Amino acid sequence: MSRRNSRPLSLHIPEPPSRPGDEADFSHFEIPAAGVVARPDTAVAASEIRDMVHTLVRVLDDDGRAVGPWDPKLDADTLRQALRAMMLTRAFDERMYRQQRQGKTSFYMKCTGEEAVACAAAMAIDSDDMCFPTYRQQGLLVTRGYSMVDMMCQIYSNERDPLKGRQLPIMYSSKAAGFFSISGNLGTQVPQAVGWAMASAYSEDTRIAAAWTGEGATAEGDFHYAMTFATVYRAPVIINVVNNQWAISSYSGIAGGDEATFAARAIGYGMAGLRVDGNDFLAVYAATRWAAERARTNQGPTLIEHFTYRAEGHSTSDDPARYRPSEEAKRWPLGDPIERLKQHLVAIGEWDDERHAALGKELVEQGKAAGREAESYGTLSGENVVQADSMFEDVFKEVPWHLVEQRDQAEAERQAWHK
Amino acid sequence: MAQMNMIQALNSALDVMMERDPKVLTFGEDVGYFGGVFRVTDGLQKKYGLKRCFDTPIAEGGIVGVAVGMGAYGLRPVAEIQFADYIYPGLDQIISEAARLRYRTAGEFTSPITIRSPYGGGIYGGQTHSQSPEAIFTHVAGLKTVIPSTPYDAKGLLISAIEDDDPVMFFEPKRIYNGPFDGNHSRPVTPWAKHPASEVPEGHYSIPLGKAAVVREGGAVTVLAYGTMVHVAIGAAEATGIDAEVVDLRTIWPVDIETIEASVKKTGRCVIVHEATRTSGFGAELSALVQERCFYHLEAPIERVTGFDTPYPHSFEWNYFPGPIRVGSALRRVMEA
Repeated sequence: MSRRNSRPLSLHIPEPPSRPGDEADFSHFEIPAAGVVARPDTAVAASEIRDMVHTLVRVLDDDGRAVGPWDPKLDADTLRQALRAMMLTRAFDERMYRQQRQGKTSFYMKCTGEEAVACAAAMAIDSDDMCFPTYRQQGLLVTRGYSMVDMMCQIYSNERDPLKGRQLPIMYSSKAAGFFSISGNLGTQVPQAVGWAMASAYSEDTRIAAAWTGEGATAEGDFHYAMTFATVYRAPVIINVVNNQWAISSYSGIAGGDEATFAARAIGYGMAGLRVDGNDFLAVYAATRWAAERARTNQGPTLIEHFTYRAEGHSTSDDPARYRPSEEAKRWPLGDPIERLKQHLVAIGEWDDERHAALGKELVEQGKAAGREAESYGTLSGENVVQADSMFEDVFKEVPWHLVEQRDQAEAERQAWHK
Repeated sequence: MAQMNMIQALNSALDVMMERDPKVLTFGEDVGYFGGVFRVTDGLQKKYGLKRCFDTPIAEGGIVGVAVGMGAYGLRPVAEIQFADYIYPGLDQIISEAARLRYRTAGEFTSPITIRSPYGGGIYGGQTHSQSPEAIFTHVAGLKTVIPSTPYDAKGLLISAIEDDDPVMFFEPKRIYNGPFDGNHSRPVTPWAKHPASEVPEGHYSIPLGKAAVVREGGAVTVLAYGTMVHVAIGAAEATGIDAEVVDLRTIWPVDIETIEASVKKTGRCVIVHEATRTSGFGAELSALVQERCFYHLEAPIERVTGFDTPYPHSFEWNYFPGPIRVGSALRRVMEA
């Protein structure tokens, strides 16, 4: 078998359609009109809804009207509550970003443009359902009413930090808020969510679990372990893939997004999959309700791809202008989740610019007040950082001999040195 | 009391704990209906039902990840990794997640999980069924690592591991599942039935983690060993006629430093034996600890007898395995020093 005449092979390296200096280009996205996607019964077999992974569930149209079968028909008070949660999340982000820039902490990550993904989910599931987030779902905590002061104290690693200064800023954890400890090793939380959900089913509980991962980390083995175990054991879990197009500087094609949608990953596992407009609060809410209903009725897991856009840098250590067109965020075809929900409330006569401006001001004040209190307990750059002598605790339930020795030696050396 | 080999003793530990605590469940590859490739979970699915003892996909990262989630919920999962050689895909979930969860959440979430895995050589398992990766886990803050050497200890230690509120790595020396192999591979293995530690209570009992056992008293040299090597060390002491004190560590981390220190200060000599490769093996840590604490009592350099720093070979297994000739030679060297 001679291959002498065959042409040389070529290696494909995916590249995004535009880079700095280019025109931002989203023309390759197919975006169906709001309201056109059917809403299957929650008892449907996953094999009957495979087309759902190739479209986009959208409720809010360009005029701010809620249309089609996925409209969750929320009352105006609930819609205003949703708007407030998203705006508060953004106000919190803006404040903490500035505080980081002022040197009061080492690191911060905003979720600008992705508020609907977390806030809508938090409102669509029950408050005691368990969340296994990644690092851009602060909206879950904000929506669930977790203390902003506690969040800030974590970011400042101060004397009131619930995590005692042991975690990178924004890696929150709160058992009471049903918010599992964030891990910087991406993807690990997804099989953990499946395990938690299996434990809930094992215990004949009624609570379900939900996990979030970025599209970039779907390439991790953990994501695929989670998909397999969730399907095999029909775990009552919602696996959310937040496709914000960028994994630091790598566009979604590097994670395999050019060849198939992330929602389409569900098909190979036999899992129900949905793909939703992640900047449409009502669509995210409705899809999450649908998936939660399936989970609660032992229909098993659902994969939801939230199609959204990371409007800001990856973190305070990142400058996106170095790898994508600077006006790309403005060109994002699915708009801004806060503006879209506001437009809807205005369109149905339940909101106006004046009230919106007043709410914005109120939330900024709320953030300022929380900030003043949190900073009174210390900041990373200040005096009242959490005491280092707790460093040796909680490695194990009881402190073993070697940690006692290490702690005592460190203390003795410090004291002797300063004599 | 009943007579049990190590497999039966481990099975009994799981049985006792599943009977006592509905939060205990076990799973892994081939663990359910079949009862595990080494039969450790034999009969548990039949007795406790599908949901308490079940098969998993071949995905160690998934097995451990799911166990961490179950632990966070409040269960006490016992996950089996079919061979310790297969544990590496699960390392991120063990090292970055299970081990650190208590610390990074200031005690709010914990990982009360046990990961069982057969380890070690001597069964012609080649590179992927013979390794001894225990040292990796002792290097990780937040893990306990346990290795029994008899049926009695295996049951009592596994019960303690399951009841422990921290994650425990539980490595089972598969070469001695059926009998206390002393390294003389050409002789038939004595079955556990002839060993006093095969007398095992049928009910609940526990052996505290972090406590070693002096399994052979002696005054001339201390041998620190665990797992299969405990029996090889005893055999070598008997073959050489050297008055060696053999300390079975049982829990390798946190190690029982008091027992080690007392023994080495008494004998003034120390030989450390393990099957795992030498460089950065757990013997290096033991050697450092002994040096730090017993330096002025030592009359000879500390010796390590370990697997060689090569991958585990298949056909040269008995050239590789740190058997009685190598352990006996080390004992003679430290006595002559």
